[in-house]
Amino acid sequence: MADLIFWLFWGLTVASASIVAFSKNLIYAVFSLLGTFIGVAAMYIFLNADFVAVTQIVIYVGGILVLLIFGIMLTNRITQTVISESSFQKMFGLTVVFAVLIMVLIPVLGHTWTNGEPMAFQETIHQIGTLLFTDYILLFEVASILLLGALIGAATLARKER
Amino acid sequence: MGYIESYLALSAILFVLGLYTVSTRRNAVAILMGVELILNAANINFIAFSKFVTHSLDGHVVTIFVVMLAAAEAAVALAIVLNMYNNTGHINVDEANSLKQ
Repeated sequence: MADLIFWLFWGLTVASASIVAFSKNLIYAVFSLLGTFIGVAAMYIFLNADFVAVTQIVIYVGGILVLLIFGIMLTNRITQTVISESSFQKMFGLTVVFAVLIMVLIPVLGHTWTNGEPMAFQETIHQIGTLLFTDYILLFEVASILLLGALIGAATLARKER
Repeated sequence: MGYIESYLALSAILFVLGLYTVSTRRNAVAILMGVELILNAANINFIAFSKFVTHSLDGHVVTIFVVMLAAAEAAVALAIVLNMYNNTGHINVDEANSLKQ
């Protein structure tokens, strides 16, 4: 049963990511990105990462996806009902991308990665908090400065010229 | 479900689809969507290796930082895209050749 659900979400992720890559209609693409994000969150749950899964749903679905939809809505004329957009150099892109897929998959699937038993499920929030404030404290502080810079930068760039 | 290879294969497919989106789309917002796909592929790898190989939570912490970076990147990039639309009337990256009109 768990296997069935896993492969269902696996297929959902791949299918909706393909729509993102190949759809002619940009609105279909951005809404199928929702399926990709939810599928990836399900993968995190299967990998015992409960906190990261919730973070994924809150930030990606609640934040980034809404931003992307706003970006599409604001950059198209109202009268244009079908928001379609063209791609270019499709055949060349497909060839390169297929070659990259083969080049990645052959060594990845040929190698033995597992190192003993996989980690059993445990509650991760406490340990992540401890790690953030001990081993990763410098990264944490730098991240806060970066977020402040992004906030000010985005507000300055998007403001109307007086 | 119990094998790391299924996650790594999913991650490779997501990465490749994101690469295709980034390299062939003309719309700047669609390119941002491709970047999000690539970042998600990297995150799946981090979490999968964290469970199956290193048995520690360092991968989770890195993933949280990547998600945070993705949010900041999307906000700034969309501000730039909106400015580009105000200046030129389109957001096709293959026609963008000036920073100011």
